[in-house]
Amino acid sequence: MKSVDVSINVHHLTRVEGHGNIALDVKNGEINKCLWEVVEAPRFFEAMVRGRKWNEMQEITSRICGICSISHSLVSLKATEAAFGITPSEQTVLLRKLLDHGENLQSHVLHVCYLVLPDLLGVGSVFPLIETHKQAVLIVTRVHRLANELCDLVGGRTTHPITVTVNGFTQLPDPKDLQAFRKRCEDGLADLQTLADLVASLADKLPDFVRETEYVALTSKEHYALYDGDIASSDAGTVPADKYKEFVHEYVVRHSTAKHSKNTRDSYMVGALARFNVNHELLTPGAKKVAEQLGLKAPCHNPFMISVAQLVECVHSVEESMKLIDILLDRGLKTESPVVDVKAGRGVGVIEAPRGFLVHDYEYDRNGVCMTANCVIPTNQNHGNIQKDMEALAPTILDKPEKEIELTLEMLVRAYDPCISCSAHLMKVRRK
Amino acid sequence: MKPKVGIFDFASCEGCELQIVNLEEDVVGLVSAVDVVSFREAMKEHSDDYDIAIVEGSITRQSDEARLKNIRENAKIVVALGACACIGGINALKNTKDLDEVMKIVYGDKADWFETYPARPIDAVVKVDYYVPGCPIDRTEFLGVVKSLLLGKEPEIPNYPLCVECKLAENQCVFEKDMFCLGPVTRAGCNARCPSSGSDCVGCRGLVDNPNKEAQKEVLEKFGLTVDDVLARFTLFGSYQEVNDK
Repeated sequence: MKSVDVSINVHHLTRVEGHGNIALDVKNGEINKCLWEVVEAPRFFEAMVRGRKWNEMQEITSRICGICSISHSLVSLKATEAAFGITPSEQTVLLRKLLDHGENLQSHVLHVCYLVLPDLLGVGSVFPLIETHKQAVLIVTRVHRLANELCDLVGGRTTHPITVTVNGFTQLPDPKDLQAFRKRCEDGLADLQTLADLVASLADKLPDFVRETEYVALTSKEHYALYDGDIASSDAGTVPADKYKEFVHEYVVRHSTAKHSKNTRDSYMVGALARFNVNHELLTPGAKKVAEQLGLKAPCHNPFMISVAQLVECVHSVEESMKLIDILLDRGLKTESPVVDVKAGRGVGVIEAPRGFLVHDYEYDRNGVCMTANCVIPTNQNHGNIQKDMEALAPTILDKPEKEIELTLEMLVRAYDPCISCSAHLMKVRRK
Repeated sequence: MKPKVGIFDFASCEGCELQIVNLEEDVVGLVSAVDVVSFREAMKEHSDDYDIAIVEGSITRQSDEARLKNIRENAKIVVALGACACIGGINALKNTKDLDEVMKIVYGDKADWFETYPARPIDAVVKVDYYVPGCPIDRTEFLGVVKSLLLGKEPEIPNYPLCVECKLAENQCVFEKDMFCLGPVTRAGCNARCPSSGSDCVGCRGLVDNPNKEAQKEVLEKFGLTVDDVLARFTLFGSYQEVNDK
């Protein structure tokens, strides 16, 4: 290694959700500091849910995150239902899965196209691409619109869904609208293929960096797990969802307002690539084809490939949405009255949010008032892995120009699609 | 010369900024009419030279005040984006609790590593020129405000209760369904989105000027609903006002 001095301080990293800093300090080729810092203002959802009633929990916790508000809403409802011993109807579960695919698609398109693609095309944002790659930008907005319209159609709003409620829906989508939406999914798949071709043509811009880690994701024998499943670790086997504490060991570090997590090693990864590594065999045929085209093979240990795994999941979510709509239309939508019998108890809900495994864990008193709550956020679980990747990546790129080192480290953090406001909004409450 | 715009965020879920992105093809039109010079969530470039600052989020710690004051100094017009920035929003739920206790619950014995204070809307720290309310904001309303500003007109945000829009939408009154609704005191402008989706208004757009809260309580009592439950509903998005009005 050459004797080099490098000083990088990225204050409030751009094109990520929330506020984080990157610091790298190298003297004579020796790394003195290499840090991923989370400086987001904490929001204390524990104080917000303390003493609130069961029927407000979804409304409040949805606001943890604007990008994955649907995942927070659904997992919140699942936790409350588990606490009250409620099993929602098959129709409710099918509609929730459909809604969940809408968010997965929306979130992934946002990340891959608006946040990552500018790096691959050597620009600072999507805005200059409106001039240089107008067709591609219009395709991106079209797919993004498709995703949002699905969320609107099922959830009543693109962000912070309205219609979802404990044990059901306050309003059902019109079957005619579902039918019309399904037709447009064909165009959506064609658009996604165009975007996959574009990413394939830029694949050499993704750094070739490998660091094996532990991968944690929900898993199921029947389907590619997003809405439900057991928790699988690439190192430690599978546990039922309510035993999440066996895998998730949270700790506080001084340089971060967000908690960190570890399991068998110093860190683990959650999100699209973890899901792909654990569950790839259950992807839809179209999704598998795009994975092959983009050179994504399990197990993949390159974090920069998270974006590719997200694109693969986009195809999966559109194909699965079509299948779910067919099932829903075939069974016919029936108005159901959500009945809720409130009782004291604890309930754990798990889901795969776009960025990974998410848990809400509530305890209610007999009046349905929340006494304790714990929330495990995907990005929290990834912070430690981002740090370990940075420590492994930095020494291998010190011979590059400082600007290039900075960009590569930025791209690494961005690859994880961190949802930093989520991660600093953790909840843990114990009511006195 | 196109007006220069900066978009900024403080404590929030960033869902309102997402609504700007969710304008989809209209964003393409919008960025041809203005020059976006700072938008951390979407672009790497940054400049302190802007005419209009659009600010999402509440202020929840002393150290964020300087950044907001700096934005105010740089901008000719400051627009508060969404409930957190306009009224404190859901962040202010913690204002009803003992903050030292809250810190300990989350961070344990590491509580003194981090700072926080009661959440507040941005106009508790700097002068705000215009407000786009809601959690999240309504995209069409946002586009209307931006268009007005570009034309040099005063943006119009309704100052009548949500009930007006709910009646126009021909919804069954939420009270008649034995549910609460903050529609009678909440600022309209969202086309009564939640009641129209089979739910109730939770007051995310804040109160109309001079709301008749007492009348609302009477209505609720008429339907056999308790004042305590209603007050809890007010605090969902309106804790900043509830705590400060006391």
